Amino acid sequence: MANPKSAYSIPTKIGKFDTHIFVVWVDNEAGVLARVVGLFSGRGYNIESLAVAEVDATKNISRITIVTTGTPQVIDQIKLQLKKLVPVHKVADFKREDKNVIFKEMALLKVVGNKKKIEKTLKACKSFNPVILDKTKQSVVIQITALRREIDKMSKKLKPLGLTSTSRTGAIAMTRGAEVFK
Amino acid sequence: MSKLYSGAEIVFKCLEDQDVKFIFGYPGGAVLPIYDELKNHSTIKHILVRHEQGAGHAAEGYARSSGKPGVVLVTSGPGATNVVTALTDAYMDSVPLVCISGQVPTHLIGTDAFQECDTTGITRPCTKHNWLVKDIKDLPKILHEAFKVATTGRPGPVLVDIPKDIQFAKTNYFKQKKEKKIKEKIHSRFSEKEIDNLIELISKAKKPVVYSGGGVINSGPKASEALREFVRLIGFPITSTLQGLGAFPGDDNQFIGMLGMHGTYEANNAMHDCDLLINIGARFDDRITGKIDEFSPKSKKVHIDIDPSSINKIIKVDLAIVGDVNEVLETTIKKINKKKNGFKNSNKQNTSKWWEQIQKWRLKNSLGFINSDQTIKPQHAVQRLYELTKNQDTFITTEVGQHQMWAAQHYKFNKPNRWMTSGGLGTMGYGLPAAVGVQIAHPDKLVIDIAGEASVLMTMQEMSTAVQYNLPIKIFVLNNQYMGMVRQWQELLHEKNYSESYSEALPDFVKLAEAYGCKGIKANNPNELDSKIKEMIDHNGPVIFDCQVDPNENCFPMIPSGKPHNQMILGPNDKEENKITGKGKALV
Repeated sequence: MANPKSAYSIPTKIGKFDTHIFVVWVDNEAGVLARVVGLFSGRGYNIESLAVAEVDATKNISRITIVTTGTPQVIDQIKLQLKKLVPVHKVADFKREDKNVIFKEMALLKVVGNKKKIEKTLKACKSFNPVILDKTKQSVVIQITALRREIDKMSKKLKPLGLTSTSRTGAIAMTRGAEVFK
Repeated sequence: MSKLYSGAEIVFKCLEDQDVKFIFGYPGGAVLPIYDELKNHSTIKHILVRHEQGAGHAAEGYARSSGKPGVVLVTSGPGATNVVTALTDAYMDSVPLVCISGQVPTHLIGTDAFQECDTTGITRPCTKHNWLVKDIKDLPKILHEAFKVATTGRPGPVLVDIPKDIQFAKTNYFKQKKEKKIKEKIHSRFSEKEIDNLIELISKAKKPVVYSGGGVINSGPKASEALREFVRLIGFPITSTLQGLGAFPGDDNQFIGMLGMHGTYEANNAMHDCDLLINIGARFDDRITGKIDEFSPKSKKVHIDIDPSSINKIIKVDLAIVGDVNEVLETTIKKINKKKNGFKNSNKQNTSKWWEQIQKWRLKNSLGFINSDQTIKPQHAVQRLYELTKNQDTFITTEVGQHQMWAAQHYKFNKPNRWMTSGGLGTMGYGLPAAVGVQIAHPDKLVIDIAGEASVLMTMQEMSTAVQYNLPIKIFVLNNQYMGMVRQWQELLHEKNYSESYSEALPDFVKLAEAYGCKGIKANNPNELDSKIKEMIDHNGPVIFDCQVDPNENCFPMIPSGKPHNQMILGPNDKEENKITGKGKALV
C-alpha cells in the first residue's frame, strides 16, 4: 500500500483513458494560448498535440485544436474548465473514434537518397495526398496529410529510405455534413 | 470634444462608478501616478497596509464580510509578487477581489527593468482572469469588465496590470453602458424539471442530509434566508462546510455541526449513512469527503452549484442543478409550497427514525474535551469567548491550524458573513489582516481574530495598520508555543518526532502589543480568563490577547486520512473503544 503517512487520501483506481479532440474558439488576444495551455499543465492534463491559428480576422477569433487523453471524468473537467476561461467562446469535444468528424494532420518529410529510394518514397506516400514541394537529385521534400497513426507509420517506413527530417502539425478537426457546431 | 482623462484619473472614475469606498494598498514607483490622483477623490479612502499580502487579505476580509468586492492597489515587481498568496487564497475560497498593479512603462516591458516582473504570467493561474493594459483606450472597458468578472458567477480575484506610461496617457472616459455582450457566460441554467426531480427525491428520502457550503454565503444574505426556509420546510438535518458556517444558525436543533476532517460525529455519520445528500454550494473538497471510494456509499446525491466545473469533479452526482443558490432554493420553495400542502408532516414521519439515529450520535458529544482548572484548554477559551460575545453582532476571522478548527467547532454562528477563514489555501497569517478589512467594513462591530501564535506572527506587521486607522480589532491568540496542527500530525503519524514545530523564541505578546501602540493582555489560568476576555472586549482599541493554553491539546474528533466518514477518531473521553491500535495508527 502507498505510504499512509499523509494528510491526503490515497489515490483511487484510475479509469480507462480515452483520446479526445477539443476544438476551442477563443478571442485572439495576447496570452490566450498561455491561458489554455496553462490550464492543462496546471491541472495535470495531457496535451498530445496542439494546433492554433486565427480563423476569423474581423471577429478576431482563433481556433485551437487540442488532442488529449484522460478518463471520462477528466475529459468532462477539461471541457468545463475551458468554458470558464473568459476569452473562450465555445468548446467542442469529439472522441477520436467519432465517425462524424474529420481529423487531419500534416507532415513535411525530407528524404535524402538516390533516385530509386526517392521513387520508393513517393510510392509509399501515394495514399496520403502527397505534394512534392522540393526536389533535387539526391533529395525530396514531400507534404502529406493523414491521420496521426498513419503519419507515425510513414515515418517508420521511410527511415530506411533516407528520411532525415520530419516536421508535423497538430491535428485539426471538422464535423462532416452541413451542420456547424454551435 | 469631451474632456480627456489620464489613466490614473480613469482608474478612480471607474472605482467611483463601481461604488468603491475603500482600497487596500501600498505605493511604489510604478503606481505613483495613481497615488498622486488619490487626493482628488474624497469618496475613496485608501488603507495603507504594511505588506502587500496584508492588503490582499484585508480586501478579502472586507469582501467576505460586506458582500462587496475588495480592491487592492500594489506596485510592480515585489508589490505584485507579494499579493500572489492573497490572490490564490481568494481564488480557492471564491472571494471577489479586484487587484490593480502598476507595471513598468510599456517600452521597458520584457527588458528586466527595475521592479519588473511578468505579473499577468505569475497571476494567471490564481485569478479568474487578468489583463495587461497596453493601450489607454482599453483601460475603462477593462476595469469595468474586471469588476464584472470578479463578482459574477462563482466570484474570484482578478488583476489589472497597468504600465506607468498608461497611467499618464490620456483618453476619453465613458460611463459603463449596459452593453449587450456577444458572449455572456450564463450562470443560472437549471430547468423546472430538475427542480421537480429534487422535490421528488426529497419526498422519498428516509435518511436525508443537507450539506451546505460557502456558495450559500457568496449568493448573498437572501440565500441564507432561503436556505433556512428550505431546510425548515423539509425538516432535514443540515451540516455545513467550514466556509458555509453561519448560513444556517449554529445553535438550531436541525444543525448537526460542521462536517469533514474535524467535523462532528453526527454530521460525518449522517453523511456516510444517508440515502439522500443535498449539496448546496459546496465542492466536495478533500477535507470533507475523506476516502472517495467510501464517501456516502448509499445515497442519491444532488449538487446545487453555480460553477458547472464543480459538478462531478470529485464525486459523481445523480442530480446536478447549475445555478445561483438563492434562485434555485427560492424556486424550489415556491414549488414545494404550491404542490404539496402538508409536505412537512409526511416528511417528518419519513425521517423520524433517522432523527432518532442522529440523536444517538449526538450523545457521543464528539466535541467534548477534558477541561482543567489548572491550565486553559483552547476549546474552553473559544467557548468562553463565544459565551461572552454572543450577545453582540461579532465577526470572527482566524488564522490556520488547530485554533481555526476549534473556532469552527466551538463558536456558533447565527448569521452569514460573520466568519472569515482561509479554507481552501489554508493561509497562515490570513486572520489578522482579514480582521483589518472586516473592521473597515463594519467600524462599529466587534471583530476578533482567533489566532495561533505561529500564524499571527506571519502578518503581525498589520497591527501597525490597525493602530494607524484606530481599528479596534481583537487578536485572540491561543498560544500553545507549537505549530499546533503540525505537532498534532507529528504526534499521530510521525512517532512524536516534533521536527521544527516548536517555537523556541516567541515574542512577549504584551510587550509586542505595546510596541505597536495597542493594548496587550495575557491570561495564564482559567480563573482569570473571563475577566480578561471582558477587559479585551471593553477596550476601545486594538488588543493582542495572549491566551496561554495547554500546549499538548489535540483537535478532535478527526477523520484520519484515507478513511471514510464513519471511522473517526474521537477525543480522550472516548479513548476506550477507539484506541488507535498499532495497525490503526499506521493507517492514520
